[in-house]
Amino acid sequence: MATQSAGSSDFLNNLGRVYGIYTGGFVAFVVLLAVLEQVGVPNKILGYLFVFFTLAVYAIIGVLSRTAQVSEYYVAGRSVPALYNGMATGADWMSAASFVGMAGTLFLLGYDGLAWVLGWTGGFVLVSILIGPYLRKFGAYTVPDFLAFRYGGNFARGLGVIVLVACSFTYVTAQIYGTGLIASRFLGMQFELAVFAGLVGILVCSMLGGMRAVTWTQVAQYIVLIIAYLTPIVILSTKNYGFPIPELTYGQAIADITAREQQMLATGLTTAAALKPHIQPFINYSPLNFFAIIMCMMVGTASLPHILMRYFTTPSVREARQSVAWSLLFIFLLYFSAPAYAAFSKLEVYTNIIGRDLTAIRPWLFNWGELGLIQICGKNAGSIDAIVAACKAIAGHPGVVRLQDFVINTDVIVLSTPEIAGLPYVISGLVAAGGLAAALSTADGLLLAIANALSHDVYYKMIDPNAPTVRRLMIARVLLLIVAVVAAATAATKPGDILAMVGWAFSLAMAGNFPALVMGVWWKRTTATGAVCGIIAGFGLCLFYLVTSRYFPGAGVKYFGMTSLLNPVTGAPVVDIAKAMALPNAMESFPTLAHPLANKVGWFNLTNIACGLLGAPLGFAVIYIVSKLGKEPSAEMQAYVDDIRKPRGRTVLEEKTT
Amino acid sequence: MPNSADLKAREEAHWAKTSRLMFTHLGVWFFFGFVIHMFVKPLNTIVIPVLGFPLGFYMAAQGSLIVFVVMLYLFARQQDKIDREFGFAEED
Repeated sequence: MATQSAGSSDFLNNLGRVYGIYTGGFVAFVVLLAVLEQVGVPNKILGYLFVFFTLAVYAIIGVLSRTAQVSEYYVAGRSVPALYNGMATGADWMSAASFVGMAGTLFLLGYDGLAWVLGWTGGFVLVSILIGPYLRKFGAYTVPDFLAFRYGGNFARGLGVIVLVACSFTYVTAQIYGTGLIASRFLGMQFELAVFAGLVGILVCSMLGGMRAVTWTQVAQYIVLIIAYLTPIVILSTKNYGFPIPELTYGQAIADITAREQQMLATGLTTAAALKPHIQPFINYSPLNFFAIIMCMMVGTASLPHILMRYFTTPSVREARQSVAWSLLFIFLLYFSAPAYAAFSKLEVYTNIIGRDLTAIRPWLFNWGELGLIQICGKNAGSIDAIVAACKAIAGHPGVVRLQDFVINTDVIVLSTPEIAGLPYVISGLVAAGGLAAALSTADGLLLAIANALSHDVYYKMIDPNAPTVRRLMIARVLLLIVAVVAAATAATKPGDILAMVGWAFSLAMAGNFPALVMGVWWKRTTATGAVCGIIAGFGLCLFYLVTSRYFPGAGVKYFGMTSLLNPVTGAPVVDIAKAMALPNAMESFPTLAHPLANKVGWFNLTNIACGLLGAPLGFAVIYIVSKLGKEPSAEMQAYVDDIRKPRGRTVLEEKTT
Repeated sequence: MPNSADLKAREEAHWAKTSRLMFTHLGVWFFFGFVIHMFVKPLNTIVIPVLGFPLGFYMAAQGSLIVFVVMLYLFARQQDKIDREFGFAEED
């Protein structure tokens, strides 16, 4: 034991050196692969080298960080310095969807897509000023730990676990799916095999060392993902604008896009109906939904257990606050670059594809066309012949690509940028490694959040409070394995529904956790009954709105007064309710997305992804009213709340750790 | 017990100041997260010199994010200062 802790403090004292060497080593590795490419090593081998080398490094870190101590396993011994915890949180936070999908969303939605950029950054302000540092002072291992202590025991704990699992499980499934997708697209691996490889990658990082191992691999993964994200776009910016900061030069690209949009309209390459001007706000989301999405993503951020628990690992409350600032800085580096990706890609598409003669299209898109990710004239754009044949079939086609002929999958934007810029394959491999790092690190964090809630809250606190350390850690690892395998097995079936549900996580966390956490710290008068009722009411309403509008839209219309959502531009209903309700399948339950009303009905024209906006206010109101009706919490509990508010002193909750 | 009365007073003063800081930051957060983007259309008529961004677009893509990052560093310092003032800060 002594040697292990001496070894770990050596490591903590030399973090800068260790990760400096690691970063240098990674860059040298990329250079080496670039040399190998020049001497003729095939792309496929380079791709495999990228994936296996990075996975091996994560695995080594995971194994070296193994631990037999409970506090190391659950909260990394509360010894992670603010800066490194910030990096780990950055990797924890930025998922496959942020890395691969965000730029594509901005490409498609233009200004309206910035709702996601704002929503996924601004929430950290709430983490720092309202919740995170107070939970650190409290001394919890998990978020349900706090709910149980503050709100009178295991009923509140159970609710916390339900909310946690509801918002984390679909999310982790999507991450494992993401690893499969990236590996299969880039390396030509079979999808199921790639999912399995991802599962192994996740388990070696988390199983032996819990939070401690996940922390140090996430730092390593952050370094890979940010280098991978920024490299292609910095090169592209330097090539096109002679300046290596794309975040500044893409303003010019946006001006060019706007000019080109007018030109395309004037020359008949597009119609006013097909064109969505890049900088024009509120044409994809109504203003209400735009701001509702921002609010739900922000408050959801501040309520997601896998994010909050990262701030349990800092040495002090002060460092927890600093750490939130570092986290957002590291996250900001990626999110403020995503719109640059979108703008450069859009300019390339508008100038070098739209308006081109069909036979003169640049060849980079054929690889993606073959995979069905780019379509021209309604057919996969696999080759010039395929495009020409497809467009000939359209009556009166002018022989040049029009905007309405062109369809692109959002994932392609980031993945294709190296090719658009004419960069060697090694950069594409780097991007794939970055995407994998993003997916793996988020999966690690989520998996740990779920498994810890099950092992610490359900098993140790609710089933067997006398379990010895060895058994607790064993159970924790077994549960981690089970949850991981279930998530991977689910991901391998490519469940469209689950993947679409990821966005729900934010609203569910917001409605279920936010009111109870904030009131628990900021209003001493909050009672256990009030909080429990508030969680049930807020989470319940949010879940009801989601499930009804998605799976029981007929019932929603008939019994709950839901109406059609409105088109943000014209204000007209998106579906004809009367007509849809007359169809024979209108009242079917659990219909597929093919149901004419699924996701298209609701209250107040509010998109169901923003249901937290209904649930959280209700949660606050219920907590307030029920607390006021009940007796005020004991003097002892109020003294505990005072303790949480003061950084000095011991944590409120003292865990048995040996 | 004068000591405990003193502690109580310090706790209350500390929390009053902490709450004020919280509401100030919450106000700034709300302004840059929401209010300013409600004026995106008029702001878009202003173009940032040299860079070429329409201002409304820029605020959502970068401006507000920069404000959030700076705010968080600032908040960490301000809250620490309050904790120290009342003797509730952790030892360095």
